[in-house]
Amino acid sequence: MARRHGWMVAALIACGLLSACSDGGWRTHDIYRLVPGLAFSLEDDRGNSVSAQDYRGKVTLLLFGYTSCVDVCQTTLAELAQTLRASDAGGDDARVLFVSVDPARDSSAVMHEYVQAFGPRFVGLRGDAAALDALTRRYRVSYTLGKPDAQGRYEVSHSSAVFVFDRAGRARLLFSPKDAPDAMAQDLRRVMFESAAAAG
Amino acid sequence: MDGILAALEFLLPWEFSSVLFAACAVALALYWRGLRRVPAAQQPSIGRRIAFFSGLLLVYFVMQTRFDYLSQHMFYLHRLQHLVLHHLGPFLIALSAPLAVLAAGVPARIGTAPFERFWRLPATRVGYGLLQNAAVAPVLFVGLIWFWLSARIHFDAMLSGPLYWVMNWSMLIDGLLFWILMLDPRPRRDGALLGFGARILIVLAAMVPQMLIGAHIAFSERDLYDVYAVCGRAWDIDPLRDQHIGGLITWIPAAMMHVIAALILIGRWARSDTNMAGRSRVPTTERARASATNGAHAAGPGLPGGA
Repeated sequence: MARRHGWMVAALIACGLLSACSDGGWRTHDIYRLVPGLAFSLEDDRGNSVSAQDYRGKVTLLLFGYTSCVDVCQTTLAELAQTLRASDAGGDDARVLFVSVDPARDSSAVMHEYVQAFGPRFVGLRGDAAALDALTRRYRVSYTLGKPDAQGRYEVSHSSAVFVFDRAGRARLLFSPKDAPDAMAQDLRRVMFESAAAAG
Repeated sequence: MDGILAALEFLLPWEFSSVLFAACAVALALYWRGLRRVPAAQQPSIGRRIAFFSGLLLVYFVMQTRFDYLSQHMFYLHRLQHLVLHHLGPFLIALSAPLAVLAAGVPARIGTAPFERFWRLPATRVGYGLLQNAAVAPVLFVGLIWFWLSARIHFDAMLSGPLYWVMNWSMLIDGLLFWILMLDPRPRRDGALLGFGARILIVLAAMVPQMLIGAHIAFSERDLYDVYAVCGRAWDIDPLRDQHIGGLITWIPAAMMHVIAALILIGRWARSDTNMAGRSRVPTTERARASATNGAHAAGPGLPGGA
């Protein structure tokens, strides 16, 4: 019997593999149930100890970078500021959490000055190596600090992902550099609206 | 001293899996015990022992050391990991035909009876028969490679811890199934599920789509797997170069494993025909050899072949 139905089963497997892709109409990457919820324990740019609990009830955007990053990080943060404006998150219900992968150079004061430039909804977060590694491991992202040169300068490379969490702290979307600003704004609006509706 | 510490740190698991650790430890312990207990006629050659140990060690290394971290953050190292999980590791384990030794290693208290009972269950036999069907096995083998390499699925597998494990386990289990089916040392008349001729055809047919997938990736001028750029690479490398090497690994060494398998099968086929022809002339020695090979699989996945 196994032999006779072999071709049928083979065809079924092929169809199953082919049809496994689907999406819920999101324009950016849907990561609901794929990525763990927001959890961390770090220090914010005012020097306070904060955890994910402090941001419950707000839609949060988590990303990694460092303040000496002149190019990519600034561009990304500026784009996110624009996205927040475009998604009409004018109120107080969104936070961008910028986690430094270079806490040795990024003190709270340095972080504060850096993130302030992008607006009041931007928060700089830093922690010791263990806290940072726990967080990057949780979100399966990497960062590397290069060998310092004679002047003590070193290259830093890091993930360019922006993880979006809803008001309940569940991972919902992943923004990557290839996503258009209006796609990010549209999807962000959807997360804000639906989780506001659920909360109300 | 720092170098030694760094090396030791590299050998520690990045994400510890108790299931994989236990599976490797049990396989190692059973094989080790079995080697001391198996009758002289069934003692595997040095080559077969090396094949078993190196296959097991390779699988453990790519899944339970810092190499696992690197293969999550570099496309070509991920392809190397899958080459080991789907081809090299299972290939070596299947080549060592370890079942007789593993069975001899089972403590007397447990005995092989529970395994044989499990093996005789209708569900086990039908399920195994379907998976090891001449059409299903190669479709599943190539289909899994294609599935996990489709851009969207690949992105999710690299983002999600549980999905990543499903991916790697599915490659390992399918690799074992496929190569055990292909490299069964027995001819069909002695209980193998498929004849040598059919297996040579399957192993070569399964090679072609992999070459196409590998070549497609290697020659692509577009970053097909942007998850590595989004989540960060293990070190700085041009994304297209990473993808180019990854495509070559999917294409060439994998195809070579299929060619090697075909050559082994052609050799076995020729020998089995000579044995057949020689049986009437030198009955005693040949029969003794044939029964030794049979015995090596008495409790093995060859059993449903009779069905």
